[in-house]
Amino acid sequence: MIVQTVLFYIFSLAAVGAGAAVVAARNPVHSVLFLILAFFNTAALFVLIGAEFLAMILVIVYVGAVAVLFLFVVMMLDIDFRELRSGFVRYLPIGAFVGMILLAELIFIAVSWAVPVTIVGAVAPAGATAISNTRALGDILYTRYLFAFQAAGLILLVAMIGAIVLTLRRRADTRKQSIATQIARTRAQSVEVVKVPVGEKV
Amino acid sequence: MDSFWTGYPGVTIITAGEVLAVVVPLLIAVAYLTYFERKVLALSQLRKGPNVVGPFGLLQPFADGLKLLIKETVIPSGANRLVFIVAPLVTFTLSLVAWAVIPFGARAVIANINVGILYLFAISSLGVYGIILAGWASNSRYAFLGALRSAAQMVSYEVAIGFVLVTVLLCAGSLNLGKIVEAQRTVWFVVPLLPMAVVFFISGLAETNRAPFDIVEGESELVAGYFVEYSAMAFALFYLGEYANMILISAMTSVLFFGGWLAPFGVPPFTWVPGWIWFFAKIAVLAFVFLWVRATFPRFRYDQLMRLGWKVFLPFSLFYLVLTAGVLTATGWATAR
Repeated sequence: MIVQTVLFYIFSLAAVGAGAAVVAARNPVHSVLFLILAFFNTAALFVLIGAEFLAMILVIVYVGAVAVLFLFVVMMLDIDFRELRSGFVRYLPIGAFVGMILLAELIFIAVSWAVPVTIVGAVAPAGATAISNTRALGDILYTRYLFAFQAAGLILLVAMIGAIVLTLRRRADTRKQSIATQIARTRAQSVEVVKVPVGEKV
Repeated sequence: MDSFWTGYPGVTIITAGEVLAVVVPLLIAVAYLTYFERKVLALSQLRKGPNVVGPFGLLQPFADGLKLLIKETVIPSGANRLVFIVAPLVTFTLSLVAWAVIPFGARAVIANINVGILYLFAISSLGVYGIILAGWASNSRYAFLGALRSAAQMVSYEVAIGFVLVTVLLCAGSLNLGKIVEAQRTVWFVVPLLPMAVVFFISGLAETNRAPFDIVEGESELVAGYFVEYSAMAFALFYLGEYANMILISAMTSVLFFGGWLAPFGVPPFTWVPGWIWFFAKIAVLAFVFLWVRATFPRFRYDQLMRLGWKVFLPFSLFYLVLTAGVLTATGWATAR
């Protein structure tokens, strides 16, 4: 047990430190790299409590996809760091306000949260039963929370379509390859064998 | 004494031994895969290939390695030093850690975790970082263009790979790689899921940035893409990582579709051969296909590569996933496990 405790403190300290470094780093690319480090440490914490499915999904979704796109955008944009920092004092009150609300919510949850009586039977401590936590998660997600799950999926779908509609633009001057026409071409349409008599034009 | 080997120190020692037992043969295999590649390419182009260093050129990989080791590591003056050095380490480390969950036999696996297939997917989705970081830290246009291309390419093909993995785990009923192999005892998944096996292997080619999807390197337009500024050991680490990833994709294909350590037919004399030999034979054949493809096909154009990923593989794998789920539900095979 002592090893788990030591690992917990290492990972949680690293996660908090990386989180602070995301805000403090001068270079935005370094910020994103610290964010990735924070994700990794959180995944390690999930593994420690026996939630290996959540840990892997966290790495796949956040580190493997979301953070790659963050990094992509941050590298592509030509950001003036000094300009970015200039409004620090001006925006400090509103930032502090949002931070306080989040902190209050966290404290509220930490103090008042308890496992609801209705699902006590469905949640077993990790390793207590033969059911893996992947299976337990699937069982509860696709029965009790099916509608919430589907609604979340629907909202994401709408958001995705919205993003595509907003960024899609057709330009008249670009020449696009029509794959169907190209494949439908036959030998007769494109190649012609001509016997050219000596000394004459085609 | 029993208590020592089950306590933390004992388990640590045993695990370290297991890791060495996997990594050392893997690195030797990587070295000889480069030799194998040059021989295969040479033979398909009617040349001899490396034949000077040692008998049949067998010592060529070590000569190459030694050369890279004693060269100077150049760090460009405009580069972001720390990230520049970390990038090849990330690539190389990621190509090794994935092997922790690959089962070499019924019990021969370092970490027999419940979510093995997700772990492999997670590790392979991280592979893009080594390339992006290298391209950005080099502070060079060619390297950066290569990195951007690779980011787009690897993210695109991961989607198709994800759907293939979901199809396989629907058929196996488990995320554990050992159980996936055991589920193929009656029939290898390549028979019912042949189209998905093809999609997986081609996506694997794209994921490892191998020909014909090596536009990340694209030496005719980008010099060498993301590692153009690298030299000596840093360059060698990228190279080792790329070849270890090739072997990894081959191993994943054989675990997911070709029955891993299982013999082709469950009868003697096939069952006399140990499982790990079958596994290595399957990996070798699939690795040969990697080289064969490189010798045969020209490089894809960038827009065609994106079209193949998003407009062909993605809809097709989605369709086949729904089809598989439908068949499993209709026949009641899904509830059997």
